[in-house]
Amino acid sequence: MSRLVLSSVSRRFGGVTVVDRVNLTLQAGEFVSLLGPSGCGKTTTLRMVAGFLEPSEGTIEMDGRRLSAPGSTVPPEKRNMSMIFQSYAIWPNMTVAENVAFGLQVRRMPKDEIRAKVRRILDVVQMGHLEGRYPQELSGGQQQRVALARAIVVQPTVLLLDEPLSNLDAHLREEMRYEIRRLHDEFQITTIYVTHDQAEAMVTSDRIAVMNQGRIEQVDAPRALYARPRTRFVAGFIGRTNLLSGLVRGDDVVFDHFTIGRGRFPDPAALQGPVTFSLRPQAIHLHRQSPAASAHVCVIPGVVAQRAYLGEHWDYTVRPAGSALVLRVTARPHEVFEVDEKVWLELDPRQMALLEPE
Amino acid sequence: MRERSYVVWLLLIALLLLLVINPLARLLWASFEHPETGAFTLANYVAAYGRWRHVEALVNSLEIGLAVAVLCTLFGVPMAWAVSRTDMPAKGLVWGAVLGTFIMPNYLGAVAWILMAGPNAGWLNRAYTALTGAETGPFNVYSKAGLVLVIACYSFPYMFVFTRSALDLISSEMEDAASTLGAGALRTTLRVTLPLALPAILGAFIVEFLEALALFGTPALIALPARFQVMTTMLWQMFEFPPQVQVAAAYSMPLLLVTVFLFWLQYRIIARKGYAALTGKGGERRLVRLGPWRWPLLGYCLLVTSLSFFLPILAVLQAAFARAWGRGFSWDNVTIRNLRFVLLEQTSTRSATINTFVYAAAASVIALVLALAIAYIVARRLVPLGRALTYVAMAPFVIPGIVLAIGFYAAYTARPLMLYGTAWILILAFATRFLPIAYTNSDAALRSVDPELEEAARILGAGRLLSLRRIVAPLLRRGLAGAFILVFIPATRELSSAIFLYTTGTQVLSVLLFDKSDEGNFEVLASMGLILVMVTVALVAVGFRMVGRDFLLRRTAT
Repeated sequence: MSRLVLSSVSRRFGGVTVVDRVNLTLQAGEFVSLLGPSGCGKTTTLRMVAGFLEPSEGTIEMDGRRLSAPGSTVPPEKRNMSMIFQSYAIWPNMTVAENVAFGLQVRRMPKDEIRAKVRRILDVVQMGHLEGRYPQELSGGQQQRVALARAIVVQPTVLLLDEPLSNLDAHLREEMRYEIRRLHDEFQITTIYVTHDQAEAMVTSDRIAVMNQGRIEQVDAPRALYARPRTRFVAGFIGRTNLLSGLVRGDDVVFDHFTIGRGRFPDPAALQGPVTFSLRPQAIHLHRQSPAASAHVCVIPGVVAQRAYLGEHWDYTVRPAGSALVLRVTARPHEVFEVDEKVWLELDPRQMALLEPE
Repeated sequence: MRERSYVVWLLLIALLLLLVINPLARLLWASFEHPETGAFTLANYVAAYGRWRHVEALVNSLEIGLAVAVLCTLFGVPMAWAVSRTDMPAKGLVWGAVLGTFIMPNYLGAVAWILMAGPNAGWLNRAYTALTGAETGPFNVYSKAGLVLVIACYSFPYMFVFTRSALDLISSEMEDAASTLGAGALRTTLRVTLPLALPAILGAFIVEFLEALALFGTPALIALPARFQVMTTMLWQMFEFPPQVQVAAAYSMPLLLVTVFLFWLQYRIIARKGYAALTGKGGERRLVRLGPWRWPLLGYCLLVTSLSFFLPILAVLQAAFARAWGRGFSWDNVTIRNLRFVLLEQTSTRSATINTFVYAAAASVIALVLALAIAYIVARRLVPLGRALTYVAMAPFVIPGIVLAIGFYAAYTARPLMLYGTAWILILAFATRFLPIAYTNSDAALRSVDPELEEAARILGAGRLLSLRRIVAPLLRRGLAGAFILVFIPATRELSSAIFLYTTGTQVLSVLLFDKSDEGNFEVLASMGLILVMVTVALVAVGFRMVGRDFLLRRTAT
């Protein structure tokens, strides 16, 4: 098991910097997702780790051994890694068993051992009964399982996954997320998982690295990432959010038509000058009567501007009294308010995440 | 990222340069070289263009090329429109006849036309005198008009295919838009449909012109007995002993330049915006209802294909199986002696038959391996400036075969690479000549294989060459089999480059057929041609089964 270190890795194509000084360290057995919109550089980063691309700057090391650096890159076949591709890349000219056996054959393992290993791993991914089939005879989900088996059976030091679920339908996608995590729990292979789907990243990962425009904006465990986004981009990309801009004046943080005492925030010392907070729609509560204010609760009057019923919850848009601000609030199905109704907004400053200035 | 396979790529690139660039460079060099001293001189150009009969041959070539292109348009465009857009009956028959035309080597067509329209003895003349009681028939294939007709008969399939693929892409909605504005069917066709296909037609017009300009077999069979010259026959005569390579090189330069320029022009025309409108989704297509006009249109299609295919193939079959072709169609005149003679009895024809298929197979393999490697190098960006290799691999497409042959002669008759006199010069020249066909097909086949399939093998520990062997090669097999046939067919019938490069012992059927043509033994000529046609038909049938019905015309024409 192994420790993978990316130090200040950049990659340019022509004049365009696609990956910009990425630093990332994976502990042995850790599962890290690279999450970001298309074109953010996540796949390029992954392909550099795999050895298909050479970094323009920076190094990639594994247990202290240098794998990639400008001008000297260990080719993919010498890295003892595995990769799952967006297209699955199951070889159509080979059966399921032959596909899975390929990596072991390349490693010149004895035939009996190969047969035993292939059978065992196919059972793990529940594909044992289909080992003689050709890929064209398999569904997308089954091909995905073959790809997983083929990648895992060689016991790679690092497993790389490049948007592996993007070609599956929604139902299967959900099932396979848990499958991937289950396999990780079983084999404990150090894993990098590239996706643009935050739910996938949340389900599978120990930590998530959010990428934007070639840079890693934040690396954190899923809960921390959601609760305490550090940048405007992360706050907006992971879940929905409200952005509240204010100005620190003396002991108060002044927002548009309401203020909150500076001391009520978790880290008052960090608040200086203009500030922006991210506040999740779930962290705001609506009331008909003003609730009792306390140390943790601020109450602001407002008016419901819009609403939408989505079955699992309500989506309200509420305007604080006199303010140009529009807040999105998620409420449980029984919390019914009419449009134009006067309401009280209850918010907790401890749940307001301070964002880094742009 | 240096890999062990790097050496392999460099070697293949070197081979490519040796096959394409070296002959061209030597050709250019030779055109400025004094035959004895080797010093720089312009005398070759003076010798090449200082004589009136040399210039006259050039003028003849241009005239004939233009006339052929016009005639091909008259033949090909109405047929393409009829097959693509109308409810004309018997489309399958017409399409099959066009394919049959395409399969006939042009020089075999010329032989057939000599049988049909030779002065006095030709079938058409005999039919005419029998019907009218006149002394002599009016047809004489040994004339400029005859030459134009015969060339056009065997090159109009390009016009047909180009135009048809363009028409196939025009959605009926375009025509409907005109109809709703009050235009009748005729006006719609003339104002909307044909103009949309115009870039394709213009492109094909240029291709036809160049095809006629570069052709050797048909002009040699028809123009020489008719006592006039075109560029290609003139080049051939310059190679009569003692060969004037330098003068021939100088003489071929304008041909090369015109060809390169016109192909560039054709590329530009096809690439223009108007044509791009056609490449979108086809949309729904409905056929134009012709009513009673179906029959005259079918008649026209059958007339053209009778001239190009039905009558000629009949004439060839009759001659191949006749004791003496002049004795006509009767059972006591039927024999298989000719075929036996060609295949078994005569050593020269027997060895030429073997040579033809061995050389063609070897050339196809070399062309395919090279093309595939180059396409791979370019696609995976294995070397800097890889894109330039595409142009090199495609360059023979714009080099007339005869010019390429002179380049090969200039490059490989001297040390260090003394290939002249061996089979290799023919094999390599064929491989070079048809490299572009191999390249476009290899490239397409390679593009159909997702690079991730190869990467999956790499990341599992297989090196590049092992991945190619275990994964990519098996996946390409099917596509490459089609490509092999597409290179093999023209290689079996290639005449224009072979005629300059063969020596005793390395004759191929096309050369022998041409050599034997002065003997007037048309039964044997027809038999040799028939063997080529039958092998081609068998291969095309295999190709249909493997790659699909349209593969032959579509992929060689574009």
